[in-house]
Amino acid sequence: MSMATFTVPAVAHSAVDPTALEAKIAVRNLDFFYGDHRALKSINVSLYDRKVTAFIGPSGCGKSTLLRILNRMYDLYPNQRAAGEVLFDGEDILSPAQDLNLLRARIGMVFQKPTPFPMTIYENIAFGIRLYEKLPKSELDDRVQHALARAALWDEVKAKLNASGLSLSGGQQQRLCIARTVAVRPEVILFDEPCSALDPISTAKIEELINELKEDYTIAIVTHNMQQAARVSDFTAFMYLGELVEFGDTTKIFTSPNDRRTQDYITGRFG
Amino acid sequence: MNHALYSCRRQKNRLVVSLSVAATLFGLAWLVLILGVLLWKGFSGLSLAVFTQMTPPPGAAGGLLNPIVGSLIMTGLAVLIGTPLGILAGTYMAEYGRYDRLTSVVRFINDILLSAPSIVIGLFIYEVMVARMGHFSGFAGAIALSVIVVPVVVRTTEDMLTLVPDTLREAGASIGLPRAMMITKVAYRAARAGMVTGVLLAVARISGETAPLLFTALNNQFWSADLNTPMASLPVVIFQFALSPYQEWQQLAWTGALIITLAVLALSIVARALAAPRKSS
Repeated sequence: MSMATFTVPAVAHSAVDPTALEAKIAVRNLDFFYGDHRALKSINVSLYDRKVTAFIGPSGCGKSTLLRILNRMYDLYPNQRAAGEVLFDGEDILSPAQDLNLLRARIGMVFQKPTPFPMTIYENIAFGIRLYEKLPKSELDDRVQHALARAALWDEVKAKLNASGLSLSGGQQQRLCIARTVAVRPEVILFDEPCSALDPISTAKIEELINELKEDYTIAIVTHNMQQAARVSDFTAFMYLGELVEFGDTTKIFTSPNDRRTQDYITGRFG
Repeated sequence: MNHALYSCRRQKNRLVVSLSVAATLFGLAWLVLILGVLLWKGFSGLSLAVFTQMTPPPGAAGGLLNPIVGSLIMTGLAVLIGTPLGILAGTYMAEYGRYDRLTSVVRFINDILLSAPSIVIGLFIYEVMVARMGHFSGFAGAIALSVIVVPVVVRTTEDMLTLVPDTLREAGASIGLPRAMMITKVAYRAARAGMVTGVLLAVARISGETAPLLFTALNNQFWSADLNTPMASLPVVIFQFALSPYQEWQQLAWTGALIITLAVLALSIVARALAAPRKSS
């Protein structure tokens, strides 16, 4: 691989002092249950405003589970239960009074597999905008263009906005999904292994995008790829068997972790 | 390599393949024979008069206009009644009540209804409608047919919606899409082709049904588009005319059978075309 982004596993971020940052989302003593199985154990972690937080760990460690709590996605399924607190701008989103649709409009999500809606490229974006805003056509067009441009997809699709979203390639579909998420103007974007179904070039594009998006959004990303975590994130959380083993500045986690298990995982001794 | 073992296996394979082909040909031969006779006898009676004249009295010439129209009216009404019910029930089962006990109960009962003998449905409607109203009617016929439509549409709707991946539902939820909109704007769209196919299959199913109409719409030798009176239908006319000793009636029965067959064939082709995987939305 000749691309520079793939040959530099080293960490390129300056050290950040967490205490000086504002927590957009604060997870406090969070437990999660699939039926009787306790999948998350007393998780405490913060997502800082306009920073990228990466969640790493072996398969089944609970990182995707944690991500799906942050927008209450688990609520779609029966027998799944969270206990503890998740404070989003200080309000507990686990409260039964929480309006889920409004929450999800503020906390967007991009999935492992690209999931465009079965409609045109234009409609894929406009659909989400129309949900919460009534805009004249020209303004809507602008918003769609802006969202597609934000996801670095505009130049590739501007000539075929009326083609089906499903006609795009996998990498383009994923950027379409990012555009769809951005178009709703959320405050937080959750990425659940967004590149695991993509080729290296598409992956590089998405990573570049995440880097740009963090200027405006608070971002959480679950990834299996440690180089990716090192490249895109400011903070990293290492999870293992449903526990948050270590959380801190990405540079610190990848160069001198405190915990032996983190050390073993990032050096490839297990996982 | 053991050559004896290998050639033995090849011979066994040859034997089983020839048996399968023979069985297929045996089955197909009858179908071809039936269709052949139907085409032969049916086409020879096909003329404009069939579509413009009423069913004749014995010994006279005539057409099938009143049963064709009767079948169209009752089939159409049955689909209008049965489709919304079926789609709503199927939607409940696949979306809102997917994990409910009620859903498995409804699914079980629906499966029974799906394979219930249609004459039982005819008798049921006879008891609850015809007997109470005191007379046969096209409306009762349409209701009996709609009872056949509902389980077919429930089944296909549920199946097709279940095939819509959960990831698409999650994607909908992830931009703050309320459940109802997710279903109508995303899930229905993704499952549209299959759901339409289900309705067309239900139409094909009821357009040949005789038994439920015998006890409900009965028959009518004359023109009638009034749903409150007995109404002619192709299957019942075919049944009656085919059993008669009159040459003209028998010929009309063949022609009527051909018309139904071609209509169902056309519907099946449309259904297949719709169900074929398409890339465009």
